[in-house]
Amino acid sequence: MNTQSNAMPESPLESQVSAPAVISATRPMYWSVRRELWENRSIYIAPLAVAALVLFGFLIATIGRAMSAPNLAQRRAVLEEPYTFAALLIMGTTFIVGVFYCLDALHGERRDRSILFWKSLPVSDLTTVLSKASIPLVILPLLTFVIIVVTQLIMLLLSSAVLVGSGLNVATLWTHSSLFQMSVMLLYHLVAVHALWWAPLWGWLLLVSAWARRAAFLWAALPLLAIGVVEKIAFNTSHFAAMLGYRFSGGAEAVASAPGSVLDPMTHLTPGHFLSSPGLWIGLVVFAAFLAAAVRLRRYQGPI
Amino acid sequence: MTVIEARSLRKAFKTTVALDGVDLRVEEGRILGLIGPNGAGKTTALNAILGLTPYQGELKVLGRDPWNARDQLMRDVSFIADVAVLPRWIRVSKMLDYVAGVHPRFDRAKAETFLSRTTIKRTSKVRELSKGMVAQLHLALVMAIDAKLLVLDEPTLGLDILYRKQFYDSLLNDYFDRSRTIVVTTHQVEEIQHVLTDVMFINRGRIVFDCSTEQLESRYLEVMVHPEQVAAARALKPMHERQVFGRSILLFDRVDRQQLAAFGDVRTPSIADLFVAVMGNQTSQAQGAAR
Repeated sequence: MNTQSNAMPESPLESQVSAPAVISATRPMYWSVRRELWENRSIYIAPLAVAALVLFGFLIATIGRAMSAPNLAQRRAVLEEPYTFAALLIMGTTFIVGVFYCLDALHGERRDRSILFWKSLPVSDLTTVLSKASIPLVILPLLTFVIIVVTQLIMLLLSSAVLVGSGLNVATLWTHSSLFQMSVMLLYHLVAVHALWWAPLWGWLLLVSAWARRAAFLWAALPLLAIGVVEKIAFNTSHFAAMLGYRFSGGAEAVASAPGSVLDPMTHLTPGHFLSSPGLWIGLVVFAAFLAAAVRLRRYQGPI
Repeated sequence: MTVIEARSLRKAFKTTVALDGVDLRVEEGRILGLIGPNGAGKTTALNAILGLTPYQGELKVLGRDPWNARDQLMRDVSFIADVAVLPRWIRVSKMLDYVAGVHPRFDRAKAETFLSRTTIKRTSKVRELSKGMVAQLHLALVMAIDAKLLVLDEPTLGLDILYRKQFYDSLLNDYFDRSRTIVVTTHQVEEIQHVLTDVMFINRGRIVFDCSTEQLESRYLEVMVHPEQVAAARALKPMHERQVFGRSILLFDRVDRQQLAAFGDVRTPSIADLFVAVMGNQTSQAQGAAR
């Protein structure tokens, strides 16, 4: 794909040009991703806002509820329960951001006619679409991870301060919370589920945004619903709906074994099993097909 | 060096034929005005040249097939397709960052110099700029790109006369040199005719007139004929005749200047007058064919 750097050194016109004509193949990609972040600031503002909200709530909980808890065990419980909740809330936020980002990614530039400007620059359609796909696949999971870890760290420090302030030992809190372990599991979950397992979802949304002239959200949702309904009426089965449900629910059994009573939660993670599950690879193939179609569409599409 | 070469270029949409066998050749160092009525196929032709639309027939721009190598072609070609296509959310400084990041031939210092002659602030967002300022910004970006071909599709549509004049002045003074080529479409023909080296008229998807401006001056003459001599002048077969203040102005193709001087004042027609004449003949021919 990246023939930009050395595509045409033999051109006779080249010798007249004094400006540096060679640009590394990754630069358009790098700047395109940055461009996406400039345009869609909600990518980081939304999860940061939720994180701030969580911290604010936690501060009140720490000072209020935890301090008034009758005994140490209950106090600890109050301090420990919000970690997972905070993570879920931030992940939910970035998921929603990802959905709306993808639906607008290849639609907005056609709507505001700026596609004519972007296409006047030496950036291929493939680079553009890949840079847009990298937001839900790479940027959002990493960003989510960093924001959650930092939020949890701040929460831990806050509660430590409270415990120390009330003359209690913080050591148990730190061993109990096992921030490091939680972080590893979180990263695994984000990469395995949010990026890889849901890749066909992101691909589908990008494809719809490249194709739809308006109401991208409806075009993304209604065909799936229609297939499910037709299948139900025609064959009285619901394989399609089941498949979608399996995909959406995060393919839990492929990613990790069922959470049991095992003491070390890390043993739940089954990356080997995940990497060898056909569901992952079928999903990635579907994702690649959707993305290829989106690249092709962008080549044909102009302003709407 | 041929910059654009098209042979029997065709493009049909569902209900209309936008390009109906266009043959076109543009040499290096020319400033070509592509002029035609609305819906004549100007924009479609430019879109084909820029790799924005697929087509039938043969087309080479700087030796490349635009449809299959748009991104490579865009290193040597700049275009302003219509006014106001700059993304409205972006800041001027970020715009410079981005173009400098992706374009190997963009000279940021040059763009900054052009911008410093305007009132555009680096911290402004495009949506905060007036239409004229957006055009200035776009021109500053494009002029800072060391391209071999610049394509302008109605670059000054909707701008006031000051901006329009300034636009073409900077283009000529600060950008154009003999190694660059410019193709421009516009409805304000009068304003750019002194700029052009070549003129092409396009109508119903076909090139109906193709002439360099030097040739145009030697070939076409316009005479304001005294009323009593109109019949004699008509005998020389003018290609077009119009009435101004009760007097007839006849436009001739390849008729001797001395001969015409006998009828009245002889002058070179404006491109606009020539356009009206050629299009008028086109229409009457089309009507004749339809009958």
